[in-house]
Amino acid sequence: MYKLGIDVGGTNTDAVLIDENLNVVASVKQHTTFNIYDGILNAVRAVLERSGVNRGEIGQAMLGTTQCTNAIVERRNLAPIGILRIGAPASRGIPPMVDWAEDLKGIAVKTAIVSGGFEYDGKELAPFDRAAAAAFFEELKARQVRSVAISCVFSTVRNDHELEAARLCREVMGEDVHVSISSEIGSMGLIERENATILNAALYKVAQSFTEGFAQSLADEGVTNAQIYLSQNDGTLMTMDYARRYPILTIACGPTNSIRGACYLSQLKNAIVIDVGGTTTDLGVIQNGFPRESGVAVTIGGVRTNFRMPDVVSIGLGGGSIVRQREDGTVTVGPDSVGYQITEKALCFGGDVCTATDIAVRLGMAELGDKKRVAHLDESFARKALAAIRTLCEDAIDAMKVSSDNVDVILVGGGAIILPQDLAGAKSVTQHAFGGVANAIGSAISKVSGTYEQLIDYDKTPRDEALARARADAVELAVAAGAIRETVEIIDAEDVPLQYYPGNTARVKIKAAGDLA
Amino acid sequence: MRKIGIPEIEDIALGAALLGAGGGGDPYVGKLVAIGAVQECGPVTMLDPDEVPDDALVVPIAMMGAPTVLCEKAIGGGEYRTLYETVSTFYGKPIYAFMPIEAGGVNSMLPIAAAARLGLPLVDCDGIGRAFPELQMVTFTIGGGSATPMAMVDEKGNSCIFRTVTNKWTEEMARAVTMACGGSVSVSLYAMDGKFMKEYGVRGIVTRSEILGSAIRKVKEVTDKTPEEAFLEITEGYKLFKGKICDVLREVRSGFNFGKVVLDGIGDDKGRSAYVEFQNENLTAVVDGKLLATTPDLICLVDTETFTPVPTDALKYGKRVMVVGLKCFPLWRTPEGLKLVGPRYFGVETDYVPIEERCKGGC
Repeated sequence: MYKLGIDVGGTNTDAVLIDENLNVVASVKQHTTFNIYDGILNAVRAVLERSGVNRGEIGQAMLGTTQCTNAIVERRNLAPIGILRIGAPASRGIPPMVDWAEDLKGIAVKTAIVSGGFEYDGKELAPFDRAAAAAFFEELKARQVRSVAISCVFSTVRNDHELEAARLCREVMGEDVHVSISSEIGSMGLIERENATILNAALYKVAQSFTEGFAQSLADEGVTNAQIYLSQNDGTLMTMDYARRYPILTIACGPTNSIRGACYLSQLKNAIVIDVGGTTTDLGVIQNGFPRESGVAVTIGGVRTNFRMPDVVSIGLGGGSIVRQREDGTVTVGPDSVGYQITEKALCFGGDVCTATDIAVRLGMAELGDKKRVAHLDESFARKALAAIRTLCEDAIDAMKVSSDNVDVILVGGGAIILPQDLAGAKSVTQHAFGGVANAIGSAISKVSGTYEQLIDYDKTPRDEALARARADAVELAVAAGAIRETVEIIDAEDVPLQYYPGNTARVKIKAAGDLA
Repeated sequence: MRKIGIPEIEDIALGAALLGAGGGGDPYVGKLVAIGAVQECGPVTMLDPDEVPDDALVVPIAMMGAPTVLCEKAIGGGEYRTLYETVSTFYGKPIYAFMPIEAGGVNSMLPIAAAARLGLPLVDCDGIGRAFPELQMVTFTIGGGSATPMAMVDEKGNSCIFRTVTNKWTEEMARAVTMACGGSVSVSLYAMDGKFMKEYGVRGIVTRSEILGSAIRKVKEVTDKTPEEAFLEITEGYKLFKGKICDVLREVRSGFNFGKVVLDGIGDDKGRSAYVEFQNENLTAVVDGKLLATTPDLICLVDTETFTPVPTDALKYGKRVMVVGLKCFPLWRTPEGLKLVGPRYFGVETDYVPIEERCKGGC
């Protein structure tokens, strides 16, 4: 049996085939197409041709995609939604989307805050105002809204009002309405949880299109025996159905996949990973084999959420970055890029835009396209451009480091050819033959997980004992989800005491993940 | 006199969170409460203490309760009107201006929201210059001021006024009512006249918060020194330790968040270890067994890359932080001050030694 890993980025669609021993059998890189379906189809076809593997022998197919992130950042394909918050008279001082950018606020057709919600101890803050909620849903229906985000004060403690509102929403607006409820998406912190829920609601069309597109392209290529998974941002997988309901969880899976793919290829447990794409370069850190998590709240397209995500610095530098000479003789690189049109627009491919890739070809760092087409570039101009690229990259490395000590650096991504090999701050610079498709590899080797979440009174069960039991339960849940027991590790552990709660009660959340059998 | 709008709020929130010294609540939710009010009602006028008449009624506004509850319930919005009416009726005169009681992510922001919603000015002054866990821990106590009559309102419209015999009693009773109201309420306390405020208040604290916040936001733009050097210079901070969080122990006792965060050294501190103990706010910092800082000096944990403050409830395994010590407001270093907020009050059996002396000759 083989695993098929696919990564759809803004510029490239990569595919890899991996055998049972996790060796890479074949890899390809194709351009992302306007509708992602064709790009995936091309990539799957090409990787199958190259490997000669029988289609029926593909047991698992994993897709990592930036479609959701791109949709939010570019404000594209977002669905008009309704936002219902249950929590009045509390919470009204901060209306939904209070600090959102104006252009993104437009996705909300209508917002309402109705009575309801809970206190910290599960007591009702106010009765749920069914009539007000029903009237709100009626209005959304009349305005042809098909997706609704519902949040509720302390729904992480009790989600009864959210569930009741979701039922009511389906009664009024029809069974096929998309309902996103906050207790299933985020953790403590109403505003961040609500933000993630709103984004999730607005992404339903995007999710539909990429899940259907992926399934269809696999079916059309005759890959019919494979179980299909989507990559989540914590390096684990989810099923198609789950992804359709929770598209927001795919956000930022790209950097996670490329960091984990790079880690797998290099066998380094601690390093900085530089993933050079067509438009941007992402720098992440491997710490003991896992991506280092961000210490600050994660914002997506300017919206703050409470997800934990890999700590990634993104700079506007890629293979397609446009190189320009200013009047004073200085040379700039990016941040704008020809993106996926590089094979038409870059000089070395016969185009008329000088890109970072052309500089690499001109200076003999890469064999790509037609060398003669860049021969006219002045060498001192090319050297200045390379110096600008070097500065951008070295500054970013420095920002990711924890000390002045030099670190191991792993270069991955299709655009890695534009970087010099002798970077300041780097102890070593590693590149791997399959580094160009590290993210697809990361997607293919993703793990399955199980999450344990409970309120525990430490006065009744001592903390050490309670946590040990919770870890064991989380491991069992991961195994039940399909993980090989020997490979299961705890990837996230959290115990938060509930102040004022009777006894010494804490909310314990443990996530375990292991390799897919 | 100057205007406080949304850009100023962003910086004040960030700087005040640093001065929260681990406590003071989540600056994000506090900031949104202020932004929500300013978006609806317009910017706030901020007065220098000297612009306030001696006989004017000045009222500090704060929230009491658990920050995690505030992050869920936020503010209803109508609380400040209820507070205004309750307090001005009680004193038989209108409130002239609001002010913060402490610096910290939340309580620096709520008076801005109150001022915006009532159309009243805010005074650039508070009663601590940082955050502390208990009600009586304000400079006004040293001046003989009383927290009561203290008004308390919840988002449901309930209100009451406490008149108690000591500040300790106020604390106990206020906590009981706070819990009954759902764990997070708005209060006005230490209502005072302009003269007293000018004599005992920590002047210019809102402006100091704004300067610190702006410096943190721009720390990476500094070119002639490293961001860390720039940060330490602007905060006048002592770098105590840099490390990775390897364990966080927490315990809730009588409504306070007690705990200890253990750090493994990174960078120059590799091979060393440290811990910081806290009761809502950070109390002590110990490196390789040596006590380097104690309350009332400020012990702040900041992210090693962004220099944004990391409050005690956001401490998580694996996070890399720098431990920084800042000098406290001079009044706290007097015998009266140390009796209220010195190490022994918090059960730390050591004499207070100012941070600049403990750190003499390097940390």
